[in-house]
Amino acid sequence: MKHYIFSTSLVLLILIGWEVGAQIYNKSYILPAPTDILLKLWELKGILLLEHLPATLLIMVIGLAISLLIGGGLAIWMNKSQLLEKTFYPIIITSQTIPIIALAPIFVLWFGYSIWSKVVVTVLITFFPITVSTFDGLRSSDKDMKELLFTMGASKRDIFFKLDIPTALPSFFSGLKVAVTLSVIGAAIGEWLGAQAGLGYFSRRMMTQFDGAGVFAPILLLSIVGVSLFLFVTSIEKYFLKWRNR
Amino acid sequence: MSRAVLTFQDVTFHYPSGNLIHKHPILEDIHFQVNAGEFVSIIGASGSGKSTIFRLITGLEQPIEGKIYLNGKSMSNQLGQVGYMPQQDLLMPWRTVMDNAILPLEIKGVKKAEAIDEVRKLLGEFGLEGVEDAFPSDLSGGMKQRVSFLRSVLSGSNILLLDEPFSALDAITRLNMQEWLLGQWEKRRKTILFITHDVEEALFLSDRIFILEQEPNPSLKEVHVPLRRPRNVRDLTRTEVVIMRGHLIDQLRLKVKK
Ligand SMILES: Nc1ncnc2c1ncn2[C@@H]1O[C@H](COP(=O)(O)OP(=O)(O)OP(=O)(O)O)[C@@H](O)[C@H]1O
Ligand SMILES: [Mg+2]
Repeated sequence: MKHYIFSTSLVLLILIGWEVGAQIYNKSYILPAPTDILLKLWELKGILLLEHLPATLLIMVIGLAISLLIGGGLAIWMNKSQLLEKTFYPIIITSQTIPIIALAPIFVLWFGYSIWSKVVVTVLITFFPITVSTFDGLRSSDKDMKELLFTMGASKRDIFFKLDIPTALPSFFSGLKVAVTLSVIGAAIGEWLGAQAGLGYFSRRMMTQFDGAGVFAPILLLSIVGVSLFLFVTSIEKYFLKWRNR
Repeated sequence: MSRAVLTFQDVTFHYPSGNLIHKHPILEDIHFQVNAGEFVSIIGASGSGKSTIFRLITGLEQPIEGKIYLNGKSMSNQLGQVGYMPQQDLLMPWRTVMDNAILPLEIKGVKKAEAIDEVRKLLGEFGLEGVEDAFPSDLSGGMKQRVSFLRSVLSGSNILLLDEPFSALDAITRLNMQEWLLGQWEKRRKTILFITHDVEEALFLSDRIFILEQEPNPSLKEVHVPLRRPRNVRDLTRTEVVIMRGHLIDQLRLKVKK
């Protein structure tokens, strides 16, 4: 806990400043006070937790799952052949320069208001860190170790499972941690652009009603979700990378 | 007449990158034979091709000319035939001592439980009792080398190739490891090829010493060590050994000067 003492006190300081400033300014539809937001969250807890949170979580989970499949698959594939690497790597990098927010309305056109328009946005944002980190991890496996395994009579398959995968894990987890936090943003953007449920959607609806605290309450919830997911991945990482904890 | 377990027949080799040393390949018409149960050291200046000989024996590289016979057979794919302990210990940092040791058995398809049983029987002898669940980063240099050696023994091969296993150890640990290695060698009746920079180490351990030279052209000479076994460190001060030591050092120095 000592670890977080500085960041916690800084956040507290900012919150107090914000609270005081908002009370003085006193226009809660523009700048709601933190206490207003907490009260709002409490007031809306039923509908937020039972209706909108599950909708957003579903998008994030499906999006991340697809990203893991695509990202992991691409990374393994590119690691297999130079030709595939040369073909795909530049495309993958370029895909990240496309402003996905600008494209999102098209997804709504293609997939309508179904969950898939939001999942696509989430996937486009999250597959990149997973692909690149997994690929870099796979590529960093030790050449001498590989030769040693060959002298033991190892097959390509042995090399992949006993050397490449364990080597790639630390880097893969770094990518996954970035991806889970980005998935919150992806899902929220997706919902902003067109949805009938979800925390992003709800926040936007409150905006049209000039309910400042109502805009912030679901966003607070979103960030709690993001942090929890991050911590969840960290604990899985700790389990798999026990050897690094020493 | 003892049985040859390893034969190099007029082997010539250079790396595909074509780095011919003074227009010669690294190894040129190398010819030697190692008999069952022998302990042979290879000495030579840095870059003279000692590790390259091991790469040829393990099958990581193929001779350009000539043939290599392992236990009387020459195979097109030689991988997986000998126990090889590389220059660095090359333990997997994510595997415990136990999991590192069972690696060759795992690759051969031995069931994990059986492999663990087999390793457990050997832990005591290798001074690794009680650390089987530790990770390599927790071990001392000598212990890591013992794990690496254990792993090469578990390859099950009658031939062990050890590439400068003790070069990173301090003098005392090194001496202990040398004595321990001799004990293991006598007990397990393996054939050992041992690369070292250290002439004394070679004299103390080996039956024969191969000297690898690049100047004036690549060649391999050999000497018999005039010592009986069991040996003692003090044997190294005997006159005939001291003379041989001087002779060997002179030969190594000759190359460094140029
Ligand atoms: N994989 C490789 N590809 C190309 N050249 C190599 C390769 N490995 C070694 N060489 C070169 O071959 C020569 C012999 O190398 P080798 O590793 O066999 O020497 P060594 O006698 O083991 O040296 P050291 O005592 O430093 O370990 C060196 O000039 C080295 O640069
Ligand atoms: Mg070497």
